[in-house]
Amino acid sequence: MKHPPPSRYESVIGLEVHAQMRTRSKIFCGCPNQFGAVANSQICPVCAAFPGVLPVLNREAVNMAIKTGLAIHGQLRLFSEFSRKNYFYPDLPAGYQISQYELPIVEQGHLMIDSPTDKTSKRIGITRIHMEVDAGKSLHEGILGASWVDLNRTGTPLMEIVSEPDLRSSAEAGEYLKKLRAIVRYLEVCDGNMEEGSFRCDANVSVRLRGTTTLGTRCELKNLNSIRNVMRAIDYEVERQIELVEHGEQVVQESRLWNADLNSSRSMRGKEDAHDYRYFPEPDLPPLRITPERIEAVAQTMPELPEAKSVRFQTQYQLSAYDAGVLTSSRELADYFEAVAQHTADLGHPNPKAAANWVTVELCGRLNRDNREIQHTPIPAHRLGQLLAMIQRGTLSGKMAKEIFEILFTDGGDPEQIVRQQGLQQVTDQDAIVQVIEQVLDAHPEDVGLYLAGKTKVFGFLVGQIMKASQGKANPALVNQLLQSQLLKRG
Amino acid sequence: MSIDTRTVQNVARLARLQLSPEELDPCAEQLSRILTLMETLNGLPTEGVEPMSHAVDIRLPEREDQVCNGDQREALLACAPDTEQYHFRVPKIIE
Amino acid sequence: MELSRLSLAHAADLLRKRSLSSVELTRFFLTRIEQKNPELNAYITVDEEGALAAAQAADARLARGDGTPLTGLPLAVKDLFCTHGLRTTCASKMLHTFCPPYESTVTRRLKEAGAVLLGKTNMDEFAMGSSNETSFFGPARNPWNPARTPGGSSGGSAVAVAAGLCLAAIGTDTGGSIRQPAAMTGITGLKPTYGRISRFGMIAFASSLDQAGPMTRSVADAALLLQSMAGHDPLDSTSIDAVVPSYAEALTAHVQGLRIGIPAEYFAEGLTDAVRDAVERAITTFRALGAQCIPLSLPSTPYAIPTYYVIAPAEASSNLARYDGVRFGYRCENPKDLQDMYARSRAEGFGAEVKRRIMLGTYVLSSGYYDAYYRKAQKVRRLIADDFQTALAQVDLLLTPTTPETAFLIGEKNNDPVRMYLSDIFTINVNLAGLPAISLPCGFDANSLPIGLQLIGRPLQESTLLTAGQAFQQATDWHLRSPV
Repeated sequence: MKHPPPSRYESVIGLEVHAQMRTRSKIFCGCPNQFGAVANSQICPVCAAFPGVLPVLNREAVNMAIKTGLAIHGQLRLFSEFSRKNYFYPDLPAGYQISQYELPIVEQGHLMIDSPTDKTSKRIGITRIHMEVDAGKSLHEGILGASWVDLNRTGTPLMEIVSEPDLRSSAEAGEYLKKLRAIVRYLEVCDGNMEEGSFRCDANVSVRLRGTTTLGTRCELKNLNSIRNVMRAIDYEVERQIELVEHGEQVVQESRLWNADLNSSRSMRGKEDAHDYRYFPEPDLPPLRITPERIEAVAQTMPELPEAKSVRFQTQYQLSAYDAGVLTSSRELADYFEAVAQHTADLGHPNPKAAANWVTVELCGRLNRDNREIQHTPIPAHRLGQLLAMIQRGTLSGKMAKEIFEILFTDGGDPEQIVRQQGLQQVTDQDAIVQVIEQVLDAHPEDVGLYLAGKTKVFGFLVGQIMKASQGKANPALVNQLLQSQLLKRG
Repeated sequence: MSIDTRTVQNVARLARLQLSPEELDPCAEQLSRILTLMETLNGLPTEGVEPMSHAVDIRLPEREDQVCNGDQREALLACAPDTEQYHFRVPKIIE
Repeated sequence: MELSRLSLAHAADLLRKRSLSSVELTRFFLTRIEQKNPELNAYITVDEEGALAAAQAADARLARGDGTPLTGLPLAVKDLFCTHGLRTTCASKMLHTFCPPYESTVTRRLKEAGAVLLGKTNMDEFAMGSSNETSFFGPARNPWNPARTPGGSSGGSAVAVAAGLCLAAIGTDTGGSIRQPAAMTGITGLKPTYGRISRFGMIAFASSLDQAGPMTRSVADAALLLQSMAGHDPLDSTSIDAVVPSYAEALTAHVQGLRIGIPAEYFAEGLTDAVRDAVERAITTFRALGAQCIPLSLPSTPYAIPTYYVIAPAEASSNLARYDGVRFGYRCENPKDLQDMYARSRAEGFGAEVKRRIMLGTYVLSSGYYDAYYRKAQKVRRLIADDFQTALAQVDLLLTPTTPETAFLIGEKNNDPVRMYLSDIFTINVNLAGLPAISLPCGFDANSLPIGLQLIGRPLQESTLLTAGQAFQQATDWHLRSPV
């Protein structure tokens, strides 16, 4: 954190995440649920709220909410209800948003995070998860004297995941978001893309004197389109509120719009209506009843989640908790690692620790440099597996392998072939090595004499000379072994 | 219960209905009379009664997650008072 | 043969025998509409072209001998059923040019059953009213006396049926909007159980109360239309997924031993003597037919009107938020900004009663009043429904007057919304409880204005209503009286 708050204060943070669910169709109609289509090409009378139309709930959206609820150890309500949240806005065609209000489908869940602040594992409560519909989009920029409305996004199923105010720093907020995002991605219920808006976050922030338990007045931060921005906006807000309190001023409860370019937020007060959403139960949708059998059936379809996978990696592959944690931070990365480990094993050279190392250090490091995600790795898992097997087999030195790795990363290809083409293969042909050894020994008779006289220190020097003569291609283990016997022959 | 013209104005603003100043008083008067009628409900004890939101008690049906609507852009946009480049056009929204 | 008074079954028979063509019958009604509609104002839109095309297609089917129950029968529908490509106005300036690019389930099913749609009938704006006077297109007039209202909100449908401007019509009923105008125009009006007929494509007034139903000149006609419209619709989440029985069979059952409850609260003050007398005579008729008439009590009855006028406007205020001038419907001239567009489009596009109910509904849902009004009303609604349930556990049906008085004069209650609301005092309860009910003609007052009685049944027991109604109409001839 750039600006740690003076220790007298503690920040209290709760996050509201809106996750777009990855159903094929929209939540209440059969229009496609797809990002990036031509304006208004994915609308029908239902999602565009024409007169007389009615909503019909998408079963898969409910299943996704159940999955997420189970993953965060939440309590699933067998009886939940949809309500209408009434307000006027051009991209809200019905004039109300269908949302779960009094009786949400999931309550009282939690996530464990590794707090970067306390260096401990910390339980973050999740108050509720409810289903609702997304609104459309209004376009303003570059349009003369008007705004445009595109309703493609209208009716996209959303989960709103509301945390308890259990987070105490921006770093914890960042950890929580990463954890939550990994879970929804593992479950394949949301693609977790903050930039495209499929995973959106509002932050409720307040400060109080350390040691007190009452909550201060909170502000809601909006327009946070990356985890980095969530953290920056929280830091800014904490500092702003502390400054207000220090100067004896009051924090005003309000919504504040974050501006990432200016690295500051501004009040939305006055700009927004004094809201009175007039919630009431949606008369077009009877209450949602789910059965324990259905929950059980959905549970059967759940993939292994990050925590369980991490534990398994530690036992099955003997990985450190740290490595297992890194590898399971995303499902794709974990799958990639397992594929590499499997492939090296299939080639007869199992070494999961080396696989973990290569994936977390070499590959992730290289991807980071290019700002790429594991999904977009140019090296398929079986190629990296091949490369690792070649190291194990002794065909490649670690140094050579790194060179091949770079070639694989930039140009792709088959590591065996590259090695052959580049003539990088280690020389393991005993006769060839003996030949080089003989040449070197012939060129250094004094050193041979010293060695035979008991000055074994020169052995290292001779190895060096042999490696040099072989242009580094000789297998060092073989060189050691053969040099020994050749020297003895001269004794 | 009688409601004043300020309340009427506030409700009209929430409902997005323009009311002229001459309409305010009659509107307040009529709403007050209707609300008085409604207050007869207070004579009926309802502690512990479950509120009733639906006329019949049925299970919420769920549909399969299938795309079944074609592109109805042209037909729907044709109903709009103002469109531009396949968008619904509205007066500038001031953020 | 008087074509304007044909029953559906008789007309279908003539068409099947080819002694009359659907085109001839359709032309007959189109001509009659042309003559009488200027005075009665029953139709908002007459679809001459569409009707004749449908009639021709029907004749072709009939010639092939593969007609369906309604093939070639000219009907009218209330102008709040969305009809693909045919203007659907809800009798509002807000939608006066709106042509839906989709079809309501009700009209789709009628068309699939072969019906010819003559046009869209007049109504109170957005079905909000009890006299048809809130229509943007002017009031429909009662054919028994054009100075009087036909009732509402399905006034146009009632007039079209009573005056013989169609064979039968479809209305909707949120608080009595089928039964009250049926009573006031001397026809039969059936409001089925909530959820029996799909609401998809039916422009919503109050979603938890709205229900479509037939308006006909006989119980037998109502049974036939109900058969075509009833049944589960996957497009309406509140539509009931239950087997639809044969309603024709219900017509042949008898009422011997049927237990009919007579709730005391419906015969209290406010009821005119003429109505009381007519309904009491009807009770005598049912007794004579072998039914048992049992006095009982529905104590929560007086709370129905206030309960309804909290719940219905609350839902309406939300349902009507979509009329914002953005995607369809009326938009004001030269809006100076977005808020101006909303406020003026809605102020100019909606009539006074609609605005009044939006205001009322917005108020009762607003912060600080929700519990006092809306939640309270929802609880009382439960008590009202429980009352009916208790009563209908003892008896098969309830019998009441449909309205406390006969058709009133146009303009008579215009300036007094509360008085207007009270005209639905006997019908509103039924919607709150979601029950089926039918209004049957049962007499006339001194001014020769029709009087209606109401039968209320158990959920999904429309058959019992039809059985009792058919027995009554076979024993009486009130439903055969014609105003013209």
